[in-house]
Amino acid sequence: MQLYLPIADLPVNVFLVLAMGAAVGFVSGMFGIGGGFLMTPLLIFIGIAPAVAVASVASHIAASSFSGAISYWRRRAIDPALATVLLCGGVTGTALGVWTFTQLRALGQLDLMIALSYVVLLTTVGSLMFSEGLRAMMRTRRGAVPPRRTHNWIHGLPLKMRFKRSKIYLSVIPVVVVGIIIGFIGAVMGIGGGFILVPVMIYLLRVPTSTVIGTSMILTLVTMLFATMLHAMTNHLVDAVLALILMVGGVTGAQFGARAGQKIRGEQLRLLLGLLILAVGLRFAVELVIRPEDLFTIREIGVTG
Amino acid sequence: MIARAIIAALLMLQLGGTAWAERLIVSVSNHRVTVTPNYSGEELVLFGSVERDAATPANRNAYDLVVTVLGPRADMVTRRKERKFGIWINTDYRQFLQVPSYLALFANRPFDQITSPEIARRQQIGLNNVLLTQRVGTDYADVVPDDAFRSAFIRLRTQRGLYREDPSAVTFLTPTLFRTGIPLPAEVPIGTYEVEIKLFANGALVTKTETAFEIVKVGFEQFVATSARQNGFIYGLVTAALALTCGWSASIVFRKD
Repeated sequence: MQLYLPIADLPVNVFLVLAMGAAVGFVSGMFGIGGGFLMTPLLIFIGIAPAVAVASVASHIAASSFSGAISYWRRRAIDPALATVLLCGGVTGTALGVWTFTQLRALGQLDLMIALSYVVLLTTVGSLMFSEGLRAMMRTRRGAVPPRRTHNWIHGLPLKMRFKRSKIYLSVIPVVVVGIIIGFIGAVMGIGGGFILVPVMIYLLRVPTSTVIGTSMILTLVTMLFATMLHAMTNHLVDAVLALILMVGGVTGAQFGARAGQKIRGEQLRLLLGLLILAVGLRFAVELVIRPEDLFTIREIGVTG
Repeated sequence: MIARAIIAALLMLQLGGTAWAERLIVSVSNHRVTVTPNYSGEELVLFGSVERDAATPANRNAYDLVVTVLGPRADMVTRRKERKFGIWINTDYRQFLQVPSYLALFANRPFDQITSPEIARRQQIGLNNVLLTQRVGTDYADVVPDDAFRSAFIRLRTQRGLYREDPSAVTFLTPTLFRTGIPLPAEVPIGTYEVEIKLFANGALVTKTETAFEIVKVGFEQFVATSARQNGFIYGLVTAALALTCGWSASIVFRKD
């Protein structure tokens, strides 16, 4: 069934987009991430302009992280204080990101920027996560105890604050900085940033795993809602029809994904997620390095009449 | 109505201003193409006839016809990728100013058989002859047809079905009655389309006329597109609310008891 998208100005097959939403939703529910880093490239692949894809995916991630956040809230797995501090940074970062997005679009290097940041981010995070998962799996096989967590330089920073639910005592500076970075790349690349935020919070900020996913979902939710608003107000590129189809598919898939995820062990999950992220990153890298089929591209800079 | 009035006015001008003895009467099958949720492109039909009168030379009865369809004009940029630091990035670019977003040229036989290269150039017959204004340095001009940017531009637009030339699309049903199809792919831009019809005989331009049609979004599509553009804030709020409702209802529907 074909449906005409009013902002993307293009007819798409509803079932294809629904299936894409469901597939990405499944993965996002399974790993507790937003899934934007998979959704945006998929949309670009079916012919939707990168700018429209990035802007519309934001609302899709908001929907799936909200449904996730509700269930984590019920299980008291969200740290409100930590979420608030993260949000201060996240909102600032998002505003900066949408502004940068507008500037890059004017310069004509947006596609390159998106592709480059995908490559750098995804291959780095993917390989880190993959090797960490591999090491964790070897450890469990050998029956060794995981190394004891030690404090690092981050814990020596001033402006310390007590986060009760997470049972940590931490400076607000690194938390706000992490929020800014995640908000920024989220808005520019059309990703929620959950797949970066979760490892950063675990390994750098030493947030306990019990509250990490729920809290990161709150940040994803608010930054993505904010990004939707800003994209709608400045670039007018949010396609509500496209977003709605993605949301319906996404939240459904996420529920099944979450159930599947509970059946897999933690380190195997990280290994799989690492592989997935790495694969997407490499795909972008290959595209940049090999000679493109067509060296020329056309872009419209505004229709008149 | 307005379109008809314009056609009528043009015909009057034609009659009053030229000494040619032929007159073109044309119409398109639909002057207003509406984009609905299940819109996936359309094909219009242009039909018309060559009206002759007493002043027409009796020996002139073989006509050639060239139909040009021009979509709404837009500024575009063509960029060329080059290998820098091991990766392919956009380096050089050329701006195309107020060029048609859709361009189709139809005729009843190859352009070079209809008229001389000189007239073809002057009358902009063929994709190589249509004026595509570009910013070249500080100049605004069109360039030679085999320029790298110009030919890439035409090639890319043709690949998307937005530029086309078909020298066999016009069919003469009788020596004076003709028709041609105007294929509009799904991704054609919204706006007003001009149609120019030029009549040739023995290689010379005899007369020409114009008509137009428009592609408009209606109903829901129109509503969404205009509210996104004009009420960005409310549009964003509604989309955000939509996201929250969707996420909330999913957590209700799939709630594990």
